[in-house]
Amino acid sequence: MYRFEDVRYRDILNIDRLTIHENLVTSIVGPSGSGKTTFIRLLNKLISPDKGEITYKDKRLMEWDSVELRREVVMLPQQPAIYSGTVKDNLLKGLLYSEREPVSDEVLLEMLESVKLDKDLDDNAELLSGGEKQRLALGRVLLMEPEVLLLDEPSSALDDKTELIIIEEVVEYTRRNNKTLVMVTHSNRIAEDFSDLIIRISPDEPVQIREVSR
Amino acid sequence: MSKDILNLQLWQIGAAYVFIALLLVIVRRRGIGREREILIASIRMTLQLVLVGYVLVYIFESTNPLMTILAVGVMEAFAIDNIFKRTKEKLSGKLKKIIAFSMVTGTLTSILYFLFVVIRIYPWFNPQYFIPIAGMIIGNSMTGISLGVKGIAEGMRNQRALVESSLMLGATPARASREIVNSAFDSAILPTINSMVGMGIVSLPGMMTGQILSGTSPLIATKYQIAIMLGIVGSVALSVILFVILGYRTFFNQEDQLIQTDN
Repeated sequence: MYRFEDVRYRDILNIDRLTIHENLVTSIVGPSGSGKTTFIRLLNKLISPDKGEITYKDKRLMEWDSVELRREVVMLPQQPAIYSGTVKDNLLKGLLYSEREPVSDEVLLEMLESVKLDKDLDDNAELLSGGEKQRLALGRVLLMEPEVLLLDEPSSALDDKTELIIIEEVVEYTRRNNKTLVMVTHSNRIAEDFSDLIIRISPDEPVQIREVSR
Repeated sequence: MSKDILNLQLWQIGAAYVFIALLLVIVRRRGIGREREILIASIRMTLQLVLVGYVLVYIFESTNPLMTILAVGVMEAFAIDNIFKRTKEKLSGKLKKIIAFSMVTGTLTSILYFLFVVIRIYPWFNPQYFIPIAGMIIGNSMTGISLGVKGIAEGMRNQRALVESSLMLGATPARASREIVNSAFDSAILPTINSMVGMGIVSLPGMMTGQILSGTSPLIATKYQIAIMLGIVGSVALSVILFVILGYRTFFNQEDQLIQTDN
């Protein structure tokens, strides 16, 4: 689905050759500061490499319209932003921004349930706890039914329960709908448990790829 | 009662400097340490006004339209430079160009409409009308754009994460910065709107006061004041909206990415 060739980004990333496959769960691991977040930010064109080429669906990223690409390849950042307004406003934001039809309240309530967020649609989103905000942001992203989901792991300092809920939920979504997931994690354990492919990046060594037998 | 204004003798102006002396005494006595600034400000004020007085006399006596155009050009240039200096944020070259463009386009459109459609001056370059009215419109738009620049630059800096988060959700740059753009526009036009509210009650506007002092009937002065206030509102709105809808885009690159600020 993605192919990297000779990609350089400042002095952070240096990837000679790499493929990310469709319909798989791929984990990006590596020491902190190794450019894991930078790596997934390349995938939805939040940034572009200084050198080299990345292709998505056999078309060079340069040729993709960035906005169109981001409506298909949706990223859930480490600290998702919460917009002022209600839980409902926040859930619908992704559909609104990607210029799609909103969904009914029933669908929204189901989504709250699957991300295990016990809140009303009218609740003020800014008053949620850190972990609740992250689950809300996850719900917002899943409603967009992305082709590729990019997940920058939620910081586990926040709360362990949320981290696991989010990872289980995105993996479930990916497998059930035959989508593609690329997630950054610091935990080898999570990578082993959930992914099909583990990519290890570090500043000084070449990229290592390992398949996980499931 | 004479309709003519009383001319001031030199000694009379000199007598007015008593107020500066008073201020200096207060500041000195209390050890506030502003003597230098007060002196410089008084001297600058005096020199600048004397200078501008002679320049205006010269322009008013000339029958050359180029003089009027030149004067307006100089005002525009000073106003634009003032916006650059007043802003504490670092401005990109592109943003500076947009500031200059919005300022010139917004104010000139309003000035020309005001002079040729509303007041219908004759001859078209009549400096007695052209220069003070251009001055008021340019001055107020300058303040408006300064506030707009501040609003956009601060908004983009403080809400960077929110804007980027919107991009991740597939928002276009325009959509992702809409709230920042709207609130910048709002804060830029608010002072102008507020000044209309208090006008005539809290203060008598400067132009109206000036006309009344020079012997114009307060009713005529009122009509002029209403008209110029509307012209100012129009010019502030026009130049600020031009600035914000063109300006937000300079924070994004061709690939619809937020431009990295650390390089």
